[in-house]
Amino acid sequence: METKNIMIVGVGGQGSLLASKLLGRLLLAKDYDTKVSEVHGMSQRGGSVVTYVRFGDKVYSPIIDKGEADCIVSFELLEAARWTEYLKPGGVIVTNTQQINPMPVITGAAEYPANLVKTMTDAGIQVDAIDALKLAEEAGSSKAVNIVLMGHLSRHFDFTEAEWMDALEKSVPAKFLELNKKAFVLGRNA
Amino acid sequence: MKQLMLGNEAVARGLYEAGCGFVSSYPGTPSTEITEAAAKYQEIYAEWAPNEKVAMEAAFGAALAGTRSFCGMKHVGLNVAADPLFTIGYTGVNAGMLIGVADDAGMHSSQNEQDSRHYAKSAKIPMVEPADSAEGLAFAKLAYEISERFDTPVLIKMCTRVSHSQSVVEPGERIMPPAKPYEKTPAKYIMMPGNAKRRHPVVEERTKALTEYAETTPLNRVEPGRENTVGILTASTSYQYVKEVVGDRYPVLKLGLAWPMPVKAIRDFAASVEKLVVVEELDGFIEDHCRNLGLDVVGKDTFSMIDELSQNIVAEKLGYPTVSGPKLDVAIPPRPPVMCAGCPHRGLFYTLAKNKLTVMGDIGCYTLGAVAPLAAIDTTICMGASVSGIHGFLKASDPEQSKKTVAVIGDSTFMHSGVTGLINVAYNESNSTIIILDNSITGMTGHQQNPTTGFNLKGDPCTKIDLESLCRAVGIRRVRVVDPYNLSECDQAVKEELQADEPSVIISRRPCALLKYVKHKAPLTVDPEKCKTCKMCMKIGCPAISITGGKAQIDATLCTGCGVCEQLCKFDALCAPKEV
Repeated sequence: METKNIMIVGVGGQGSLLASKLLGRLLLAKDYDTKVSEVHGMSQRGGSVVTYVRFGDKVYSPIIDKGEADCIVSFELLEAARWTEYLKPGGVIVTNTQQINPMPVITGAAEYPANLVKTMTDAGIQVDAIDALKLAEEAGSSKAVNIVLMGHLSRHFDFTEAEWMDALEKSVPAKFLELNKKAFVLGRNA
Repeated sequence: MKQLMLGNEAVARGLYEAGCGFVSSYPGTPSTEITEAAAKYQEIYAEWAPNEKVAMEAAFGAALAGTRSFCGMKHVGLNVAADPLFTIGYTGVNAGMLIGVADDAGMHSSQNEQDSRHYAKSAKIPMVEPADSAEGLAFAKLAYEISERFDTPVLIKMCTRVSHSQSVVEPGERIMPPAKPYEKTPAKYIMMPGNAKRRHPVVEERTKALTEYAETTPLNRVEPGRENTVGILTASTSYQYVKEVVGDRYPVLKLGLAWPMPVKAIRDFAASVEKLVVVEELDGFIEDHCRNLGLDVVGKDTFSMIDELSQNIVAEKLGYPTVSGPKLDVAIPPRPPVMCAGCPHRGLFYTLAKNKLTVMGDIGCYTLGAVAPLAAIDTTICMGASVSGIHGFLKASDPEQSKKTVAVIGDSTFMHSGVTGLINVAYNESNSTIIILDNSITGMTGHQQNPTTGFNLKGDPCTKIDLESLCRAVGIRRVRVVDPYNLSECDQAVKEELQADEPSVIISRRPCALLKYVKHKAPLTVDPEKCKTCKMCMKIGCPAISITGGKAQIDATLCTGCGVCEQLCKFDALCAPKEV
């Protein structure tokens, strides 16, 4: 199988490490060669963050380069727009419609671009956008945005719901499992 | 059973399986998780040392006592530990000793992009360099064998992409090596000139023996290719990019032993191909070796010495096509890292910015005090440089400068190497004002304990170094503590200590807002009737505050109720919810 590439992008602190852990567990259980590349340190402090997930028969590079991502999952709208050049022709962007202002916007040095979903669609990109924050709150916590989006991402892959749930059980502490299962299902059905 | 492990976790697993019993490190991205993961094994004693030099000397002591040991650090940490490094290269070890060093090409979280391989060569110590997690585990184990067989410490060199990428690993069992009790051997371990003169030839002979070993070690391997027009010599994560691009088209010589490098194996490989291409990140280290052998190579004339490589860069340089996704015709604002909402550093940096002070900065989360709108820092060099730097700056400046200059340094950084600078301030009597930003944790690297927190790496309560007593003990008479959430208290303390005619230490004390035990107050609210959009609250660069629809707005999911913005609002528009 040709290597598949998923990028998880968002704002530091939004829980991309848990999302990549979930994907890693799922892919390893399916016996794929898998690499998951994270960035720790400075950028976790509210900066733009990116995690690369790659799987296939044999994976070499731990990172995804421009023009290679089959799917970009974005936890925040501006971050989806930031990484479009990394999309493979025919790739899809699964994004949260939630907007989090970066500091240059907060201070008035820059503007948050309007109508980004339309801008991306007009550029020929397949965009699958949902209000993950609303669904996360419905599941019981605004922090579950990451799992809602993993649920929605699952629609773009052939893994069964049971396989995802099994990986979820191995990735989150027992006391948060029900909440996260609910968040996943809400995302998957959105 | 197969597992996904970070490169750092895999190295820790390698330490465990090799019977390592002692780990001492100082945290530093991207090296930190080796030690955190090692600490989870009951059988391994693991600690955070106050700095890398202490860690390395402690690890040496443990190896001398007969226990396989490890110390870990980031690339710049190896500068701090360079002193013992060069001399334990002379003494050799008893039980095996590994030194983990993680480079940060691309400077994801570092102040420079130095290439640690030069240390292996100049300290004459072998260095292994894994390219993924499975190699991280295997190489760590093999490195202990090299260490004991050749009587030398061994460096294991990581980089951000190997340290922080998870890949598949098959863990094995822990096997304890035979005991190696300490035996008094003065000629080997007392490095005074007479003995050191006898040890240096031993080191040179050892390098010759290691070079022979490099010819046949399984750490280095040739992967055959279908065409011999090009042959690629590579290592570490660069190997992964090369294989991603060329597959099995060209032969590849992958070096897992970064130092010393083989001679015959490289000559033979070069002779088997029409053109030799060296693909390596940062400096032309392998390339220089090849040129010393008289080989003609494509290297840094083609591949940059700056930043990381990637598969697309390798593809372009080797003449392969690359594609790119659509670029949007819209300006995307950058999203730099910021101080978190509720960060205790914010109030203090606001005070420094407001008083328009010259600020000698240091290494930690608080380096973000340099970013707009606070923009309150003048210099950031290395761990501890704020305290030593202000001393020299003031000694060489007009005396009035001491009334408008401060140094800021975190609690962990102060213990690392700020205290020696403070001793200089006291001893050589500069009128310096030092502010210790005590957030009760090592923040930037992800919440590691340190000597001032009262807990050790394993999470057990331990001796807590008292900062006030320490500062007084080294000769600073003016030591005071402020709460950085209280702006008037900060302002008064800074003004008074700047005016004082002797050195002062201000300890700005409040735990990091991200610590689990820190209880947050209810988020503040904005009264839009009272808000005059004066934007005073915007001056502190809090990610929870924005101006929306012409009025200040507080994001209740981010606000921790710290109340710093409330103190800035002259119209009482920002307020804490009434207690019920």
